[in-house]
Amino acid sequence: MRDAAAWQLDVRAAGADPATRIIALGGRWCIDQNLPAAASLKEKLAGPVRRIGFDTRGLADWDSGLLTFVAGICKSCARQGIEIDDNGLPPGVQRLLALALAVPEQKVAGRENGPQGLFAQVGAATIEFWRGIPLMLDFLGQVVLSLLRLLTGRARFRRRDLWLEIEEVGPRALPIVSVISFLVGLILAYLGADQLRLVGAQLFIADLVAIGMVREVGALMTGIIIAGRTGAAFAAQLGTMQVNEEIDAYKTLGISAVDFLVLPRMLALMLMVPLLTLYSGVIGMLAGMLVSLTIFDIGVFEYYTETLRALELKHFAVGLSKGSVYGAMIAFAGCLRGMQCGRSAEAVGHAATSAVVTAILLITIAASIMTIVFYQLGI
Amino acid sequence: MPAHIEVRDLTMGYGDFVVQRGLDFAVNQGDIFVVMGGNGCGKTTLMRALVGLQAPLQGSVAYAGEDFWGATDDDRQRLQRRLGILFQGGALWSSLTLAENVALPLHEYTKLARVQIDEIVAFKLALVGLAGFDEFYPSELSGGMKKRAGLARAMALDPDILVIDEPSSGLDPLTARRLDELIVELRDSLGTTVVVVTHDLASILAIGDNSVYLDADTHTMIATGHPQDALKNGNAKVRHFLTRGNAK
Repeated sequence: MRDAAAWQLDVRAAGADPATRIIALGGRWCIDQNLPAAASLKEKLAGPVRRIGFDTRGLADWDSGLLTFVAGICKSCARQGIEIDDNGLPPGVQRLLALALAVPEQKVAGRENGPQGLFAQVGAATIEFWRGIPLMLDFLGQVVLSLLRLLTGRARFRRRDLWLEIEEVGPRALPIVSVISFLVGLILAYLGADQLRLVGAQLFIADLVAIGMVREVGALMTGIIIAGRTGAAFAAQLGTMQVNEEIDAYKTLGISAVDFLVLPRMLALMLMVPLLTLYSGVIGMLAGMLVSLTIFDIGVFEYYTETLRALELKHFAVGLSKGSVYGAMIAFAGCLRGMQCGRSAEAVGHAATSAVVTAILLITIAASIMTIVFYQLGI
Repeated sequence: MPAHIEVRDLTMGYGDFVVQRGLDFAVNQGDIFVVMGGNGCGKTTLMRALVGLQAPLQGSVAYAGEDFWGATDDDRQRLQRRLGILFQGGALWSSLTLAENVALPLHEYTKLARVQIDEIVAFKLALVGLAGFDEFYPSELSGGMKKRAGLARAMALDPDILVIDEPSSGLDPLTARRLDELIVELRDSLGTTVVVVTHDLASILAIGDNSVYLDADTHTMIATGHPQDALKNGNAKVRHFLTRGNAK
């Protein structure tokens, strides 16, 4: 490299020919040099100019900066019908320009770019939502068929997968379920104590905590924890498999992806969430007992007998059935979003988020319906 | 003037397992240097050691006389920016469009204005034959287009050295050849040094100026030199490889 001076640019006439201009380039034309834009030459090339040549004898060093500048000139000249003589350019620049201009720009129809209006966005979101419903129902149908195949012993999946899922979903969730259930039990006990003190019936804290935890709150809290912990994991697992074409690989082998991937996850959650619900209830009651004992002076034995008196088998039945339903819904939401995942890293993240949101929405709707139905039935 | 890339006594491995030991070779400025060898011989591991993704167990890599692994993190990053890397599967960022993929290094490492970056991006995409695909996401492209887009991204910062892992894998022979020609053209025009990791025979013999052969059995290099020379009168094992097992 002869000289590391900054870039120089000059446009001059070529001898006596008024229709020809020579663009003289000198110095360093590199992208770290704050180069001019090709458009800055517009006025100088206006008028009767029909031909453009280059003089690059003063050029010391160049890179993409020069290439994009010259390419810009070539493009605008092509539009105005000005002839370009590239013989003055370094041979490397000539070849690369030829390469870049060889393939015409692809005009791809139907690509929506740029921001959309508010109405268009609302409309698109609504259409998207309505299109999602048949897809969801379709997936539900596939899962039901798969469960039927399981009952008739024709569903194909690896038993090992089921055990792995059960371990992942159940025992490994115990620590977080313990902590949350203990704290929720504690909150329930305080809440009850405050109200029941008004009527001097503090012993009924035991009833409130026992029935509340076993029937309702245990299942709901477990459901929400598992939705965040396992529902998101299911969506991310299946979504990544979708990205890697692993699910397509199952399909081409004639293996039902729903049987093979969704069924074990569904079963694992339907089995483990009720058990976790039961466990959550017990931990909640222990917390209630601790609060009663230390703050409100209710004896352990008193609390225990009151709890036994309050609890009936039907409460457990309600709690367990809710747990099972929530488990199925978490698995459904997680697997649905995972299977619908697009083919990018961002799509996997979106699938995981959407799985948790869908699961919590479904759980809350189911909880409301079941509570009303059980109340009407007197269970 | 020191060689553009100088590898001295390089040993790479994972824990106790040595993939390749005692690698010694130099790559001259403007050469297309081929790293060849059978599956599992450590070609990709060598590439990872060259570009700073995996520290070697022993030995050194130097770029234009400057030690790479012995340098501070800052210096190593500065050297890394002079490298353009094309990964085997393209490794395009899936949530960014092609234009954003190519523009990202420019936004991060240059002070160029947006308009200029857009111009450079359009030019690089045109160079690899993808003009007009700016707004496409990688998942919407074919394998060959992903490779070319990956090359456009590798060239974004006008690197001195291009490191390319398996350029022709997954490409049809004609597309692979066009990619080879593009690599040669870039070398001829810009003087870029190119390191190609490959086992594609046609490509090795067509574009290689110099090469090293990594042997999977002995875990070291058994030949270096121009691929055509290696084919004519090289080590028996290398000739075996370069003729798909037909050499006598």
